Amino acid sequence: MSNSIVELEHISRRIRTRIVENSHNTGMPHLGSCLSCVDILTALYFEIMEIDPEHHRHGTRDRFVMSKGHGAPALYQILAMRGFFPYADLVESDHKGGGVFGEHPPTPDHLPGIEAATGSLGHGLPIATGMMLACRLDAQKNKAFVLLGDGECNEGSIWEAAMFAGAQKLENLVVIIDYNKWQATDRSHDIMALDPLPEKWRAFGWSTYEIDGNDMTQVVDALRNVPDKTGRPVAIIAHTVKGKGISFMEDDNNWHYRIPTAEEVIAAKRELKVET
Amino acid sequence: MRNAFADEITRLSAGDSRVVVLSGDIGNRLFNKFKATSGDRFINCGIAEANMMGMASGLAMSGFRPVVYTITPFTTTRCFEQIRVDVCYHNAPVIIVGTGSGLSYAQLGPTHHSCEDIAILRTLPGMTVFCPSDPAEMRRGLCAALKQDGPVYIRLGKKGEPTVTDKNDGFELGRANTLRSGEDVCLISTGTILPVVLAAADRLEEQGVSVRVENFHTVKPLDTDRLKDVFTQYNLIGVVEEHGRIGGLFGAISEWLVLQRPHNTRLLSFAVDDVFLHEVGTQDYARQRFGLTGDNIFNCILEAHKDR
Repeated sequence: MSNSIVELEHISRRIRTRIVENSHNTGMPHLGSCLSCVDILTALYFEIMEIDPEHHRHGTRDRFVMSKGHGAPALYQILAMRGFFPYADLVESDHKGGGVFGEHPPTPDHLPGIEAATGSLGHGLPIATGMMLACRLDAQKNKAFVLLGDGECNEGSIWEAAMFAGAQKLENLVVIIDYNKWQATDRSHDIMALDPLPEKWRAFGWSTYEIDGNDMTQVVDALRNVPDKTGRPVAIIAHTVKGKGISFMEDDNNWHYRIPTAEEVIAAKRELKVET
Repeated sequence: MRNAFADEITRLSAGDSRVVVLSGDIGNRLFNKFKATSGDRFINCGIAEANMMGMASGLAMSGFRPVVYTITPFTTTRCFEQIRVDVCYHNAPVIIVGTGSGLSYAQLGPTHHSCEDIAILRTLPGMTVFCPSDPAEMRRGLCAALKQDGPVYIRLGKKGEPTVTDKNDGFELGRANTLRSGEDVCLISTGTILPVVLAAADRLEEQGVSVRVENFHTVKPLDTDRLKDVFTQYNLIGVVEEHGRIGGLFGAISEWLVLQRPHNTRLLSFAVDDVFLHEVGTQDYARQRFGLTGDNIFNCILEAHKDR
């Protein structure tokens, strides 16, 4: 697609508005984690990825795996706006019994556009690595984009996959780390020695880039640049702000679990300056 | 059995370009033929089983038929969550192969024993649990597994298992085979312990006790039609498995049995006790330690038969 940066930023604001409204209506948590990755998702789905919502299982499509599965509420909004299913399905879904829009993504058989059911952390990257092995065997050039949380990088399976993909030189595998500096209950670097992330990924055989993950120009430029001709898989360390876009949520980890009140939804919309 | 597995998967991969073997850094030279014929479809995943199982799911969801191979504890309990979420939740057609199951790696110590694998894998929705009793049956089951729509676990022994099944037994996953018919007692077996069961049956026959032997090569789905049949006909049944007493074939049959109408069948379990084996020894030693011998099965069944 060819959307201007201004257009992409507008989409991001609409997505953020919908995420906040949906959280209030459904009681779905993880607002902070969803808001930090919106710009990355918008760039992928509205500018970068080769996808066709009409033929969402097409074999040569690019894949996106939400390895940080609790970002599902953001992914649902993106998929609806991109046309994988009607927005009304999402708004009218029964969250108390029978719906598919849970706090973590359902399986691909249950919702168009989902590539893997995640939620237990550390699973998405190995699955996507397998998908890229399949593409290599089929001599296809499509890419897999995997969104990891910084907290998720606590999981050993992430580093198993990183070591494997580095050795196999899976150059069409792209990891984006939504580095918002928080995990569920504390600062991520106070719990595990996460820093320095770029050096870690480089040491595992990856080509690394550091960007402001909430700056649309930087996000689009970084994602356009893969594969990057080094022959290595690419890790983009995207510095983000948890709760990005709504002043009273930004960098406040209470919004990992808090649900906004009606008044807070109005206040958020006022800041975002767009309707859903 | 592991050599037969390598041979059979090599044969099958030559005719099916979707077959991919993922090995957890084992099988030195075992897969040389596979590598020679389908080298790009042999992937040494290193000693990283969680990633290996996740990748298998990704390959399966992309149209391939991945076969994951390593020592049983490492391809089952080590990466159980990846089997549960990545494989079973997605109903991905991954074939999980464990080698050295039960006590067949007795000399390697309890880290390499697997007496829990049947129990935990059969809790997973959609999983087929197949425990071949000899190399020939393993070949038939592997062919059948590649035609399944969902995940299959194949529980291999080690090497040198004698052939005890008949190649014309009409093999089907999920359907037990009757190896011998008899009137007095029924012995139900799963996996490579079957020759021991047949030896016990021989001795019982010598004592005038007529024994039926059922080969339950598939523990899940459980052949409940066959169970209905044997629990109607026999009031003494023994279940034999080289697996812990908790949750294996005996467990599966017990779960089924308590939901049936009252019955007066006496059920005996021959299985591994609820302990880790701290003594070093051969597979035969370990089997003996837990009463998994023809002699012990013979003695217990004979006594119970006289008791009726």
